[in-house]
Amino acid sequence: GPLWQRRLLDVQLAELPAWLGTRDLSPQGLLGGVQKAWNSYYNKYINVKRGGPAGLSMLLAGYCLLSYSWNYQHISKISFLVSF
Amino acid sequence: VLHATRPLHTTQQCLAPVPPLPEKGGEVRHGLIPEEFFQFLYPKTGVTGPYMLGTGLLLYLLSKEIYVINHETVASFCILSVIIYAVKKYGADVAAFADKLNEEKVAKALAVKNEAIKDLETAIEQEKKEQWRVEGRSYLFDAKRNNIAMLLEANYRERLLTVYSEVKKRLDYQVAMQNLKRRKEQDHMIQWVENSVVQSITPQQQKESIAKCILDLKALSKSVQAAV
Repeated sequence: GPLWQRRLLDVQLAELPAWLGTRDLSPQGLLGGVQKAWNSYYNKYINVKRGGPAGLSMLLAGYCLLSYSWNYQHISKISFLVSF
Repeated sequence: VLHATRPLHTTQQCLAPVPPLPEKGGEVRHGLIPEEFFQFLYPKTGVTGPYMLGTGLLLYLLSKEIYVINHETVASFCILSVIIYAVKKYGADVAAFADKLNEEKVAKALAVKNEAIKDLETAIEQEKKEQWRVEGRSYLFDAKRNNIAMLLEANYRERLLTVYSEVKKRLDYQVAMQNLKRRKEQDHMIQWVENSVVQSITPQQQKESIAKCILDLKALSKSVQAAV
């Protein structure tokens, strides 16, 4: 269908900037996007009758990656590495 | 194969019955990477593609020191091994326990629902019985009407009896009055006649009548003596 109605996975790589232009990037729009993303993740992996460790472990892995990337600067300093 | 999303908010908004939760969550391999990633790479690279990608990525991160090996690496390695061992060993038991809790909750709700249904069914049966009873109301009213008629009849006869007895009392009184009057008149007349007769007897007449009586008695005694 038209560009602004397609989901992210259906967008071609070349059209990515144009697609980003059509998205609602106001604070409410961003919040709504975050809400939708969380709801789809929650309903797919956590809000089921017989879930497993996958739902929580993916969240923890994401958290680990995010915190590593935030602290990369500090971790890669030599003073940090030799102090242990 | 994408996980089919539940059809929420189709046509008009209807909250009941709530669609049931899906049985299993999305497929995840090794607890970390969703199955969709493997399916995404399958057409181009076959089965081993994602693993080669993972290995290459890991070596790149390590060699370029994007991931720095430090004391935290050792700590995370130990912690992760303990966690994975615990999950692998006790995961099934915890899952069974959670399932049992869920089962009890569902069973309780179901029991409440069945109880409510049973109560309503008994209520329906009783209602039907009451409706059947309504058909007999003609008999009921006939019986009541008969009762009332009997009461009225009895009351009427009672009052009739009262009237009769009252009238009889009055008539008896009148009769008794008349009798009394006649008797009094008779007695008075007799008395009066006696008094006048007694008064009319003068002393002269008394002597004469006594002498006559003695003569009569003598004659009678003579005749009786003759007869004997």
